[in-house]
Amino acid sequence: MNMPVSIEIVDSKDEAVFDEIYQFFREIEARFSIFQPNSEISKINRHEIKPSKYSREMKEIFDLAEKTKRESFGYFDIENDGRLNPSGIVKGWAIYQAAKKLKSKKINDFYIEAGGDIQTSGLNVDGFKWQVGIRNPFDHSQIIKTLTLSGEGVATSGNYERGRHIYNPISPASPLTEIVSITVIGPTILEADRFATAAFAMGKSGINFIESRPNLGGYAIDQTKTAVFTTNFERYANQNVMAR
Amino acid sequence: MKKYLASLFLIITFVLFAVFQRKSTGSSNAAPDLASTDTTPTSSSPTTSDTTNQQPLASGSSPTPNNSTGNSNNSAVTTPQTNTGKYKNGSYTGSSADAYYGNVQVKAIIKNGKISDVQFLDHPSDRSRSMMINNQAMPILRSEAIQAQSANVDAVSGASMTSGAFIQSLQSALDKAAN
Repeated sequence: MNMPVSIEIVDSKDEAVFDEIYQFFREIEARFSIFQPNSEISKINRHEIKPSKYSREMKEIFDLAEKTKRESFGYFDIENDGRLNPSGIVKGWAIYQAAKKLKSKKINDFYIEAGGDIQTSGLNVDGFKWQVGIRNPFDHSQIIKTLTLSGEGVATSGNYERGRHIYNPISPASPLTEIVSITVIGPTILEADRFATAAFAMGKSGINFIESRPNLGGYAIDQTKTAVFTTNFERYANQNVMAR
Repeated sequence: MKKYLASLFLIITFVLFAVFQRKSTGSSNAAPDLASTDTTPTSSSPTTSDTTNQQPLASGSSPTPNNSTGNSNNSAVTTPQTNTGKYKNGSYTGSSADAYYGNVQVKAIIKNGKISDVQFLDHPSDRSRSMMINNQAMPILRSEAIQAQSANVDAVSGASMTSGAFIQSLQSALDKAAN
């Protein structure tokens, strides 16, 4: 959490809606940040709140985490050393809720981005589908793939620094330094985010896991700067356009 | 009349025996729900003389097309170690599960009451059938060298410093550092 949020709205001039969405993300932060001692998740980790008293949002997140853990064969796990940290799933969920808020106001052409995860909807200001780039994990000033999206969500899970150890709940001793980042396209940012997190924890197998789920597209980059992508990824990718 | 009573006695004895047998072997007869994992903080109640005790395990998705078409195989070996954790020490083999492109079976190694390793098991299989499954269900994924492209985009997706896994790793480092 505590990440920059970008919103672009095409089909509405209502300025107040931006404040509403930013306020919503601040509330998410206050509830789910493990770095805030008074957040609900911090209180839960100190056992100061009974499960029956968890907020509706917290229960929803825990249910989603449990479902994702099952579907990822245990590789997605918000529990670590007896502590709960749902940040790997809250981001996508929060963006998705924010997008629902916009749609409820009959706003249909927009994107919402938080921490590198994006939910698209409708068309951009030029009347085309949204053009979303994938950042080069080895050079953050570069784009190494452009995607054409309208309604899909895209999430990238990875290491900020090359070779950093990511926790694998199944075999904590085994390093997962083979994949540097994996980008997942899903029908919503909610689906993309939870499975990107799970797939990254699987290391090299993650891209096969994404392939096995027909409604997802995946693009995994390894330390040799080679990308492997799934069958359902190419339909979103633009033809190679060299940087000028 | 006597024959009737004798038969009834035998039947009742057999039924009682079967019920007793089912109770003493615990949950091993039921197919464990592979989709569920044990996430309760308290350990399950111990059973006495239960050599086939096992937990429903999270089964792992095999990274490459798996040749196993093995049938359900529940076996367990317990080793005499002290255990204060969630699980009993030993090796536990889960039942075979359908992983979309083939069957998967995993073995979990429990040490000190916790999962210390999960291994994928290979099984003898009908080679020709599993080859067909592999070819149909799991195409070889394409790869390419990454290449710089036009930066003329509306938005950019990339891994952020605040990714959940990063925070998790950071938190555990902080925990080690704490007094």
